[in-house]
Amino acid sequence: MDLEVQGRVKQLAEEYGKDELVVLLGAPNVDAARVQFETMTRGDPTYAGPLGGVELGLEAYHIFEPAVKEVIDPARYSDLIETLELGLEADSIVEAIQQARAGKN
Amino acid sequence: MIHTPGLTRYGSKPDREIAANPARLQELNGKLRSYAEARDYLPNQVFVGQQSPERLAEIARPWFGHRAALSEERKSFGSVIDEKPFLALVALADPFKHVALLDRFWEETAPMLQQSPVCKPLAASSPNIVDANGLKAKIAAGDGLPLFAGVDPQAVGWIANGHKEDGSLSAIVLLENLCGKVSAALALEELFVRNDGLKKPDVGLVLGCSEEAVGDRYQRGGGNMAKAIAEFSGCAMASGFDIKDFCAAPIPALVTAAALVHSGVVENAVVAGGSSLPKLGMKFLYHLEKNMPVLEDMQAAVAVWIGQDDGKSPIVNLASVGRHPVCAGASLDQQLKSLVIDPLDRLELAVPLVDKFVTELHNPEITLPANGGDVAERNYRMLAAVLVKAGKLARTEITIFMKEQGLPGYAPTQGHIASALAYVPHAYQGLTQGRFRRCFFFARASLFLGQMTQLSDGMSVMLERHP
Repeated sequence: MDLEVQGRVKQLAEEYGKDELVVLLGAPNVDAARVQFETMTRGDPTYAGPLGGVELGLEAYHIFEPAVKEVIDPARYSDLIETLELGLEADSIVEAIQQARAGKN
Repeated sequence: MIHTPGLTRYGSKPDREIAANPARLQELNGKLRSYAEARDYLPNQVFVGQQSPERLAEIARPWFGHRAALSEERKSFGSVIDEKPFLALVALADPFKHVALLDRFWEETAPMLQQSPVCKPLAASSPNIVDANGLKAKIAAGDGLPLFAGVDPQAVGWIANGHKEDGSLSAIVLLENLCGKVSAALALEELFVRNDGLKKPDVGLVLGCSEEAVGDRYQRGGGNMAKAIAEFSGCAMASGFDIKDFCAAPIPALVTAAALVHSGVVENAVVAGGSSLPKLGMKFLYHLEKNMPVLEDMQAAVAVWIGQDDGKSPIVNLASVGRHPVCAGASLDQQLKSLVIDPLDRLELAVPLVDKFVTELHNPEITLPANGGDVAERNYRMLAAVLVKAGKLARTEITIFMKEQGLPGYAPTQGHIASALAYVPHAYQGLTQGRFRRCFFFARASLFLGQMTQLSDGMSVMLERHP
């Protein structure tokens, strides 16, 4: 996961507290989604970035997850996200994130 | 295509990795292929037209290790050239004599050039020659790079820096440029050898669309590789210029060539995409890690002749051209809307009337081990999504659309060559002897890599069967 983004998330978590943050992921494939989720929860698995060894335990969702879709205006979602959802392996990404959240990965 | 294992070390990634850790060279050389392995590799056979792209779907990966039997029924439109004659041509294509070949190597290689119908016309002159002691002295003195054939540790030649203080004329840059020049000239020769209708003096314009930047310290990328290619090919009546648009350049080049021929500026134009040396071995560390051959040992080039209406050849439909305006932004779905949906709407064409949508056709066997995914499959899935969103395809048709109207990847990761251009000869066959009516080509360019804009670019055009 992008090192600058990791640094920014770490800074926000320190400034506002972990409980005040929800992370919205936009990874375009299963592998990247898993890495992003792990980085936001258990720390950077590659130990390359500022979140290496830092377990923030943030609440993180992928934009394709039903819980996220529910809170977005359907017309806007259709305009901006639906094509990507259709064109990327959305079901597999959602499944991978939900498994990771349940601690299966 | 040219199999260049000895030059793979001078790809950008291997060059940097070997500089940081010299032991990498032995690891790289240990995983390079023989000429016969590279020639018989199924994706390469597809590239030169010995096999159809559909054949890839019938044979499970890994394709390396599997030797593709030559198919009887298909007429190839290219060949796979060995590194030795290619290096000899690199020396012959160098007007400033920076390249010197070992005397013994030239003696061995000169007859090979004369035996090859595509090399022979380019081999009328003699190279700069050096004996073994002279070569040893050059290597000891530095100020250039040794040239190797395959994994043989004995150098067979030398390329000197073009200027002591000019990075744009360093040996590695000159070598990159000469590789692009020679490979493009070889692609032109394939065109002349296989088309009785085109003679060298008939070519009025060569349009370059390769990835190099020919120039000097005062004008990096000053250009006109196209004219250098025309000269080396013996197209005495041709002028030329280059079109730059990262990987997408072949499509604007095709469109420009067709527009210039259609408007009467020239009668015949040739679009030439030469090879990219820096992209050799780009993913070699992943291939080593997976204990597989380093598959990025191929340089590839394509040439396309755009001429007068002969009553049978496919038409470049200039009314179909799709552009990617600044206001479309950088998102992939907007890009595809500009490049695909808008032209289809303009032509009032339904999706089933296009036989093939042609875009980046990178060989997945190269990209998957490097976690780059299957580029072709990913692009077709996204294209299908955009077509669904535009109401031109049903959701239930996505899988069949990808299979029937898409293509599997087979091209080496040579940027612009993989970016649709590689399929032009297949499309030509389909649109003349086969069942195709229309092939829609589109290519995208990652302009942001040059850090002048965050945008990307792209262009599209339809090739149609002659009515």
